Amino acid sequence: MKEKSTLETAQEVEVEVMRKFSVEEVFKETPDTYTLLLKPLDKKDYSFVPGQFNMLYAFGVGEVPISLSGDPDEKYLIAHTIRVVGAVTNALVNARKPKFIGLRGPFGNGWPLEKTKGKDVIIVAGGIGLAPLRPAIYYILKHRKEYGRFFFLYGARTPNDLLYKKELKEWKSRFDMDAFITVDAGDEKWTGNIGVVTTLFKHIKLDPNNTYAFVCGPEIMMKFTVLELRNQGLTDDKIYISMERNMKCGMGLCGRCQFGPYFVCKNGPIFSMDQINRFFGRREV
Amino acid sequence: MVGKIPKIAVYKFASCDGCQLSIVDLEDELLEINQKFEIAYFMEVTRAAKRGPYDVGLVEGSISTPHAIELIKSIRKDCKTLVAIGACATAGGIQALRNWANVEEFSKYVYAKPEYIQTLEKSSPISEYVQVDFELRGCPVNKYQLLEVLSAFLAGRKPNIPTYSLCIECKRKGNVCVTVAKSVPCLGPVVQAGCGALCPAYSRGCYGCFGPMESPNVKSLASKFIELGMDKKDVILNFRGFTGWSKEFREVDVLIEG
Amino acid sequence: MLSQQKLYFALDAEAFGNFIDVLKDLGYTVYGPAEKDGAIVFEILDSIKQMPRGLYDEQSPGRYRLTKKDNQRYFGYVVGPQSPKYVLYSPQHLLFKVRKDGRTFIPQPDGKKIAIIGLRPCDLKAIEILDNVLLKGPYKSNAYEAIRKDALFIAVNCVEPGNNCFCTSMNTGPFAQSGYDISITELLMNGSHVFILETMTNKGTEIVSRLKCRNATEEELNVVSKLMEDAKNKIRKKLDVENLKDDLYRNIEHPNWNEINNKCLACGNCTLVCPTCFCSSVFDSSSLSMDVAERWRVWDSCFSIDYSYIHGGSIRQSIMSRYRHWLMHKLATWVDQFGTFGCVGCGRCITWCPVGIDIVEEASKVRD
Repeated sequence: MKEKSTLETAQEVEVEVMRKFSVEEVFKETPDTYTLLLKPLDKKDYSFVPGQFNMLYAFGVGEVPISLSGDPDEKYLIAHTIRVVGAVTNALVNARKPKFIGLRGPFGNGWPLEKTKGKDVIIVAGGIGLAPLRPAIYYILKHRKEYGRFFFLYGARTPNDLLYKKELKEWKSRFDMDAFITVDAGDEKWTGNIGVVTTLFKHIKLDPNNTYAFVCGPEIMMKFTVLELRNQGLTDDKIYISMERNMKCGMGLCGRCQFGPYFVCKNGPIFSMDQINRFFGRREV
Repeated sequence: MVGKIPKIAVYKFASCDGCQLSIVDLEDELLEINQKFEIAYFMEVTRAAKRGPYDVGLVEGSISTPHAIELIKSIRKDCKTLVAIGACATAGGIQALRNWANVEEFSKYVYAKPEYIQTLEKSSPISEYVQVDFELRGCPVNKYQLLEVLSAFLAGRKPNIPTYSLCIECKRKGNVCVTVAKSVPCLGPVVQAGCGALCPAYSRGCYGCFGPMESPNVKSLASKFIELGMDKKDVILNFRGFTGWSKEFREVDVLIEG
Repeated sequence: MLSQQKLYFALDAEAFGNFIDVLKDLGYTVYGPAEKDGAIVFEILDSIKQMPRGLYDEQSPGRYRLTKKDNQRYFGYVVGPQSPKYVLYSPQHLLFKVRKDGRTFIPQPDGKKIAIIGLRPCDLKAIEILDNVLLKGPYKSNAYEAIRKDALFIAVNCVEPGNNCFCTSMNTGPFAQSGYDISITELLMNGSHVFILETMTNKGTEIVSRLKCRNATEEELNVVSKLMEDAKNKIRKKLDVENLKDDLYRNIEHPNWNEINNKCLACGNCTLVCPTCFCSSVFDSSSLSMDVAERWRVWDSCFSIDYSYIHGGSIRQSIMSRYRHWLMHKLATWVDQFGTFGCVGCGRCITWCPVGIDIVEEASKVRD
């Protein structure tokens, strides 16, 4: 609980500490996950690189880090895919006009899309972990000729939990990428793969010297995916994962997002496995 | 909550009324509370009572009679959100000291006709009998924490009620640790913050009215007290105060012996 | 050894009384040592009379006692429970207010210039480390910067280090090397009571020129040199820092870590008394009326469950993992983050741990 501060009587000045966005559209992706399209109220453009995140604020409720999940070329309509797990996320997806969403960011680094040009890329996503990878997929598809082979493996708990269903369909039908989708448990309509995402590796054969992997999902899923990638001969410097830790400030000041020697907010959230293999997968680090 | 004023009900079980008085003690905010909530049932304040259901129920006191069990069950049905307030409602209160003794014996000495007394063997927190949505600690509760719970309810957010140790609050305040500097046994390291570190600010040890913190190491602190020269009996009594019946403090005797 | 290039001044104890007045005349709010509830803490000083005389602190793991000796020494104690971070990085701070329409307001710094008297060399190093964290990253703490930028630091060299001090291991003391405006060595010899002053900055020199100083005598400087040597030798506690980082990284799953579960209270005292621990929480609050909301920064601790909370549960559930995170941060990961250890050897975490856990001992237990 806060104490009364002398600062409360100090003079205050108006400073813009967050940009204000309006909610243009809300798509329901799964029973508990929504994609929000946000428009800047200041009409200034917004740019980010795939893999970065924003701190989103719901007035009077709180602030949470959320990955950018839209097209990096779209400057006036930015997408966030939000799973409702608490009060703030609940308030964010329910924000209606004329309310605003406060936004600070973008924070963090991005997927290594430049250095992987000319190489094969494999993207492996689990559950809502697809959200921070979607901008990278958009980018690669838009610059398709600059990359080698492109693999995409995606797993979710059930068919209902798959994000971006329309796009998944489109990606699966493309000839310039190899997309595989699986669910842990199917339903009566599901005719696709069943099993965790690592079971999809049997469908592909990676060129270990020429392939980079981008991975995002629950930590346990990433742990086993990394093992599969190593099995296929990828070295740790070619495996990139997106980490999650508690984050309050996004600016490297509150200290809470530390993971080994790294601050996930400013050194990450994306790390190559050779940066973090000393700590990754160890309990309670 | 837009467009509708939430109805609030305040109940009392075995307790001293101090927590209810903390609501009344929110003098500067009372008018606003009355605007933002409809105070529908609050016997301590007014005999005028409106029927349920209620949006928020604040429950003071412990459950100590068969009648109270029935009542709390019906209250649970009446209240969408149920908040237990104070040490009695969250840990059984000081009256839970009888949980280690024979209540019939007590009745004989206290009441002229003990056969008229219907009581349970144990004084228990509300959560023993019904699902509680939030527990606000303290003997009495901190009125600003209470205000925070109400504000958070209106905003639809999680209340900023930390569950870490009292030490964190005490150090932030700039108090000098009474255990380290004066060898005063203080429960602060195993007790939840929230009171504003009142007792240590007056150079006395915390006696635990906010109950156990999120991960209390009762055994280690009890050993420290023994090291400071307390005998085991006193260590046990030290933990058996206002929140002695809380799950984490209840078995301090076993922890010391084991 | 004392530097040949430096000028050393001497200030008699009676004239020292003037120090605070000079600082106040220059517009400083002066923080300095004062006795409170059985310990030496930082308080705003109006007069030299508030400063302790002849008070010493006995420190051992989990124990601190002030004792009175029959002398008039001002700086007989070592370090108290408060570090300079208490003054420079306030325990709770209103970051901003936001109105329903989204307009945000931040509290203006009050423009107060502060001076801190009585910083120990380890504390100076701690401030340098905090500067790295709070000012030199991609983002900085504006509140810290506002107080820090004009702050004046008056250091006191340690001639009688305490039992829990291990600054010689961390290369931070017992004599100040940098980071101060004025350094003081208090001499109590043959009935005379003198302060030997030395300055590092123009600000410091300017202040010293306003005090009734004379040049220090050769005899006095010889005594200072001798005290420097003696002070180093008096420090018995040692932490072997060679390969420390790598040893800890290698032993992150050493079985001995688990022993700490029996003792550590996870109360967070070590982190709050630590002069470099900077972790905070940020929380949003709202008023009943919902017209205005606030965001606060408050000191937090890696020992709290909430600190590592992510959806699905906190990362560090066991007390061991929280202790390990803290110790590893101080002595290993900090090196990778900021280029120095996060520990300055002040010993506060050892003294103010209610159950006397000793970071030096714990670190040695998990080194193979």
